[in-house]
Amino acid sequence: MNLLQLSMKMLLRDWRAGELRILVLALIIAVSSVTTVGFFADRVQRALVLESSQLLGGDLLVSASHALPSAYEQRAKYFRLQTTTLTRFPSMVSYADNNLLCAIKAVTPGYPLRGKLQLAASPDDDKPAQPPARVAQGIPAPGTAWIDEKVMAGLDIKLGDKLEIGTIELTVTELVANEPDHSVGFVNMNPRLLINEQDLAASQLIQPGSRVSYQLLVAGEIADVATFRDWLEPQLMPGEHVEGIQDARPEIRSALDRAGKFLGLAALASVVVAAVAVALATRRFIQRHLDGCAVMRCLGATQSILLRLYLYHFLMLGAFASLAGCVLGVVAQEFLSRWLAELVGTVLPLPGSLPAAQGMLTGMVLLLGFSLPPLLNLRQVPALRVIRRDMGMANLHGFTGYAFGLAMLSALFIWKADNLKLGLLVMLGFLLAVTVFIAIGWLLIRLMLLMRTQGSGAWHYGLANIKRRTLASLVQAVALGLGMMALLTLTLIRTDLLQNWQTRLPPDTPNRFLINIQPEQQPELAAFFEQHNIAQSDMFPMVRGRLTMINDELVRPDSYNDDPHAKQFIMREFNLSWMESLQQDNEIIAGEWWQSRETTTNELSMEDEFAKTIGVKLGDRMTFHIAGQDFTATITSLRKIDWDTFHVNFFAVLRPGLLDTYPATYVTSFYLPSTQTGIMQNLVRAFPNILIIDVASMIERVQAMIGQVARAVEFVFLFTLLAGFIVLYAAIAATQDERKYEAAIFRTLGARKQQLARAWLVEFAILGSLAGMFAAAGSSVLGYVISERALHLPYIPNPWLWLAGILIGIISVTVAGLIGTRSTLSQPPLLTLRKSG
Amino acid sequence: MADNHPTISKNFFMAKNMSIEQSIQTNNQPIIQAQDLTKEIETGETILTILKDVSLQVSAGESIAVIGASGSGKSTLLGLLAGLDTPTRGTVFLDGQDIFKLDEDERAVLRGRLLGFMFQSFQLLPALTALENVMLPLELSGASQARDAAINWLTRVGLEKRATHYPRHLSGGEQQRVAIARAFVTQPKLLFADEPTGNLDAVTGSQIIDLMFELNREQGTTLVLVTHDERLTECCARTVKLAAGKTVNQS
Repeated sequence: MNLLQLSMKMLLRDWRAGELRILVLALIIAVSSVTTVGFFADRVQRALVLESSQLLGGDLLVSASHALPSAYEQRAKYFRLQTTTLTRFPSMVSYADNNLLCAIKAVTPGYPLRGKLQLAASPDDDKPAQPPARVAQGIPAPGTAWIDEKVMAGLDIKLGDKLEIGTIELTVTELVANEPDHSVGFVNMNPRLLINEQDLAASQLIQPGSRVSYQLLVAGEIADVATFRDWLEPQLMPGEHVEGIQDARPEIRSALDRAGKFLGLAALASVVVAAVAVALATRRFIQRHLDGCAVMRCLGATQSILLRLYLYHFLMLGAFASLAGCVLGVVAQEFLSRWLAELVGTVLPLPGSLPAAQGMLTGMVLLLGFSLPPLLNLRQVPALRVIRRDMGMANLHGFTGYAFGLAMLSALFIWKADNLKLGLLVMLGFLLAVTVFIAIGWLLIRLMLLMRTQGSGAWHYGLANIKRRTLASLVQAVALGLGMMALLTLTLIRTDLLQNWQTRLPPDTPNRFLINIQPEQQPELAAFFEQHNIAQSDMFPMVRGRLTMINDELVRPDSYNDDPHAKQFIMREFNLSWMESLQQDNEIIAGEWWQSRETTTNELSMEDEFAKTIGVKLGDRMTFHIAGQDFTATITSLRKIDWDTFHVNFFAVLRPGLLDTYPATYVTSFYLPSTQTGIMQNLVRAFPNILIIDVASMIERVQAMIGQVARAVEFVFLFTLLAGFIVLYAAIAATQDERKYEAAIFRTLGARKQQLARAWLVEFAILGSLAGMFAAAGSSVLGYVISERALHLPYIPNPWLWLAGILIGIISVTVAGLIGTRSTLSQPPLLTLRKSG
Repeated sequence: MADNHPTISKNFFMAKNMSIEQSIQTNNQPIIQAQDLTKEIETGETILTILKDVSLQVSAGESIAVIGASGSGKSTLLGLLAGLDTPTRGTVFLDGQDIFKLDEDERAVLRGRLLGFMFQSFQLLPALTALENVMLPLELSGASQARDAAINWLTRVGLEKRATHYPRHLSGGEQQRVAIARAFVTQPKLLFADEPTGNLDAVTGSQIIDLMFELNREQGTTLVLVTHDERLTECCARTVKLAAGKTVNQS
């Protein structure tokens, strides 16, 4: 028989004997928690890719001011991609005596490739703000046009009427409620009209010099799309752009980042708690196998045999438990996805397999991290222990063994967080917390011992127990404290954090942006808002200019070929604004904001990410070509912007007074309740030149996402709670053997069951209150760090934390402790004494 | 606790006297040779001498009982003779090999090859069945046919029907009989027993003594016992008495 077989047999024997229960449970919980979150995040990520595609109408959008070469579409088809072409241009549309400048979109069959074109439910109803209920089948037939509510209002037209466009007449057959590519970019003009491409030639609308955008939409497998994009980008001629789903709106990206952090945090919390349980369970496992090892040493087993025996043992155990955890994770995430799908009405796409691998690795790292050091000690068990039971392992209680596990855990953190600094920080914080906890716990125990002479016998013996097991008691209190810390952080602080996050998008978040407001229109517009009882936020001036030079270098789009995103920015015109003071959702991260208007330099503040994208830094000079003149400014500060507040924000902001001589337009935003959408028609009529951007659907999407994440966090929190119970169980089990022996002696000496129970009650209560205190302290610090550092939300301390922590600690530990030791109390003493011989 | 196999015990009773005669007749080649064994333990500032200059020779096939009051150093001597502990001074030769010239691992291999053990608290592994406990030493040394040999030995001690039981479901006498089977399954040259009847009642203790000596006689094993039990002492060819860590009497 070889060692592997023997090890497997011993594993089975241990399993049958129930020796591995805690260890396996702790591992399964850690692994299933990681895999659940991994799978779920993966699915959400995929769903978001899909959703972003819907914003675009496809996975990739190629657009140009001239007809696109047919090679692009052929190539896309060659890469197994679906394609459809569209033509967009602005044109006057007339009905009766009304004329309206509309954005026309001529589409071909297949449109849209992603997302749905939704038509108003009851076209006969004269209320234009009906919720969408019908998905369009196909596109407008030749000779017909589909219009949106703004065209309907602007032209005062009904379904069935014929409108004039160019040289043809088209019958209005449908009212479009929602278009998939509606909210892409800030340059879409309202109102909108959808026609069939076949009518385009006859209308003679497109003449040389027309402002036309020819577009090609493609969609397909992510990998194929990527291949096509790689092929396409070098081919692009001047005036051709490509836009993919990764160029998603910063608002959504920012919200998603936060969502990912929340979920990851919840999963890591359960891993930490489970790690505590694994550490405790391993310690108990080793303790209970000391005798066996000594006997085997006696029977001729060498150190290497013992090491290999238990290493195989733990490897197999880890593989089994991790696999079980993965399976549980798959089931749990499916449940989670379905549950959330029911709530928000979306079906998540299927996940990839990477989270399973991550889960397996997590399980193995946890188990080996915390079991390898004691295993290396286990083989050194003196064989003499068979005769003298007090010969054990001196360093079994020590923290050196846990250091390795902690290091492995940190490695896991760094890997999961993909951030060395964060991982090291977590480890240092963890070590610091443990050290401080132990120091405080030790001091408190000493203090309590001073009061030992007072009080009843139970108090006396309870304290004596704590004192005799000072180190073991501290280990238990710290382990429980760490477990509870994660739980408290997740319960109390989680609620605070999520609420905090949700209040960032209050119900009256601006959902309409107005751009292209002429300076003289400002008073009129303000009057309009007042008349309709709409609160209007600040007006921001804006001057458009093309970036021509950075320092003394000419800016060439070609030098940004590596980064198409940056290249597009460079090729577009910049929106330059100015303001006196920093906006609330902006934070200066380098340099200084201007104090007064009295400086000689042209001061410029750039958004940090954007500055990195186009390759400028603090102190650089940027020259813009504005209305035929060059204007140079020096970057004196870099800002970070919270995009998911949906406020008006600018990449480039100047000190006031610098651009006064240039032609400016104004931008503003406001909140329009869904019941008042009819006002938009009046606005369009009163200010035909102003562009309206509707971000209501995007805000709804982000709000829904926050809600989804909040629920997902709650679900993942269940794992942490389970892991917490395991820690409690493991902590009680850790001293059970010792307690049995102790109980036997007490009973032999005539102690009644109640006396013993009372002494233990005191001991458990002290342990519980220590753990609760540690938990409250740790979770306060953790909450502060998480909200201020990781999530950039202000931290609001929760006054109930301490009370709740200590109370929960005392109650849970005493209840669990008494339940766990109940059988011990009723056991006849001789049986126990004989066994421990 | 009553033993369930009176028929087998009876046979062993009859064999008892023969074993003594046989052990006397065996050759006098020493299988254990202890020289000036001294064990000291430092406790704070004082040095405690547990065993002082104990020398001892045991011939192959001989059976000796180490007796003495509690704390006289009996168990320490046993631990040193079996190489479970290291002496402060002096050494032990087992089958001609100076065991303290070996490292702990080499001693473990030597134990697996030469020695069998029995303990007061039986020291069966609680997670293993009776059969698996008996198989363990063979499995550790990588021997083949471990199961057959173990079943054979369990049958010899009358526990074949209890093979799949766990130690906690066995009486003390049954547990010690499993331990006997485990000790003999490797066919050791030497058997060390530390108070093998210490945790058993008188009747069960006698049955265990009979069984142990019966097998010992049959296998020609050398037996070293540490005991308080006079019945055990009577069965041994020689007695070594320890007091305060010194041999006071060898008879």
